[in-house]
Amino acid sequence: MFIVPFLWLLRSSLMNLSQIFTMPPEWIPKPFQWDNFHRALTVLPFGTFFTNTLIIVAGVLIGTVLTSSIAAFGFSRIQWKGRDAAFGILMSSMMLPAAVTLIPSFLGWKMLGFYDTFYPLIVPAYFGGGIFNIFLLRQFYLTIPRDFDEAAFVDGATYFQIYRSIILPLSRSAIIVVALFSFLGSWNDFMGPLIYLKSDSLFTLALGLQMFQGSYSAQWDLLMAASAAVVLPCVIVFLVGQRYFLEGITLTGLKG
Amino acid sequence: MRKGLFYGLLFTSPAILGFIIFTLGPMIASLVLSLTDYNVFKAQTAFVGIDNYTKLFSGEDELFYKSLGVTFYFVVLRVPAVIIVSFVIALLLNLNVKGRSIFRTIIYLPSIVPAVASAMIWMWLLNPDLGLINTILGWLHLPTGNWLYSEGSVIPSVVITTLWGIGGTVIIFLAGLSGIPKQYYESIDVDGGGWYSKLRHITIPMVTPTIFFNTIMTIIGSFQVFNEAYILTQGGPNNKSLFYVFYLWRTGFRDTEMGYASALAWVLFVIILIFTFFVFKTSKSWVHYEGGERA
Repeated sequence: MFIVPFLWLLRSSLMNLSQIFTMPPEWIPKPFQWDNFHRALTVLPFGTFFTNTLIIVAGVLIGTVLTSSIAAFGFSRIQWKGRDAAFGILMSSMMLPAAVTLIPSFLGWKMLGFYDTFYPLIVPAYFGGGIFNIFLLRQFYLTIPRDFDEAAFVDGATYFQIYRSIILPLSRSAIIVVALFSFLGSWNDFMGPLIYLKSDSLFTLALGLQMFQGSYSAQWDLLMAASAAVVLPCVIVFLVGQRYFLEGITLTGLKG
Repeated sequence: MRKGLFYGLLFTSPAILGFIIFTLGPMIASLVLSLTDYNVFKAQTAFVGIDNYTKLFSGEDELFYKSLGVTFYFVVLRVPAVIIVSFVIALLLNLNVKGRSIFRTIIYLPSIVPAVASAMIWMWLLNPDLGLINTILGWLHLPTGNWLYSEGSVIPSVVITTLWGIGGTVIIFLAGLSGIPKQYYESIDVDGGGWYSKLRHITIPMVTPTIFFNTIMTIIGSFQVFNEAYILTQGGPNNKSLFYVFYLWRTGFRDTEMGYASALAWVLFVIILIFTFFVFKTSKSWVHYEGGERA
């Protein structure tokens, strides 16, 4: 049930149109139309879409890992007045539907002259990297014994040194989880690019695929090949980081 | 501790600034905008008080009620479906079957597929003439359907496509199930109870916190469905899949009625708050916490 749609996608992406529509359906392409991929990815500038997506994904990934891990440190390893209240307020923002901030954010970016650029899609990641990720890392940091910090303090370490040389190395797996989710989130994001990007030359793969669907709606062979090409990197990343993914969801329960 | 306050604020400042700039500020701005008739193509913007809200609720905007109805229908259909299906799958995966981790991977895999690609696959599978689903139904001599293209079946069809992505929910259930101590089941074995009494008296009560969490998350997510609406149906046929956030997007970005769309956004916010509050309230009677602690 879960795997059949994948197989259907894969087999259709490697068939010619007449074989796709053969009744009853066949599962093995004969011959394999590897050319579909080439054709699908060249009728539209998928190379450009791919580069655009990579730029955004890389920008978001770095920002998210950097600022969420720093913020989580401040919310777990440093004692300060008002810390838990501040964290609680941030956490409550998870209930807020994205639609509420959508229009003012759009207008704000537009006023700054950043409509139809990557900035609105990348910059927010450098401001905390998402409360989910802070929450996840904070949970993890809280499990690291306090004695480590205290011993380092006695040796004259600063908070930043403790973060760099004790907490970061110990929380590698949690950071990988955050990085993986951030990759997927931004690779799969559809609404963000839809709202902020106008020029075709700045389109991401998700937008490109949607555009493709609009213009080549009858060309199922090419549509399926293009879809398969967009899905493939996700699947590879997932299979490589599988263990971390499953751990991460269990830890936070962040998927609805 | 003064030093602590300084460093605490220093380390958390990106997050706090981000909250102010990207959440709190826009929230206030959105509330203010919802009280105006702001439209990108209009020279003047006037403060109109609660006019947008009156227009919404007075019935003047039929599409508001329509999209609300569509969305409620979707939520009512989808939430129990997601919870029940993912719970059953989690129960099956929790049995000591061989290759459990492979199944776990297979079930989670669809939820990482980009929404556009997953929509494309489903449009193809549900295609009334050429799709695999109707072909199989035809073989079995069962009635075929128009799925996304018929007024009656469009919402159930969208629900089916989203069920493909329940892997995350399944994994959370699995985590909840694995936390149940084995001894509890042994006591049922001693009493001579079967799998049903185990499920009824141990498994379900013990996973109620997980059910509760998954229910809240699924409700919040279902109210906000957008990608499926945009890619699969564009609100059709005959507005029968005019999902609320899709209508909001259309009002704000296609029709550029951004003041009015902001009012729509706030109504959604309040609805989600009410629903979440309601689930929290009723949870006291059915969510069981190990230490007797209540939500």
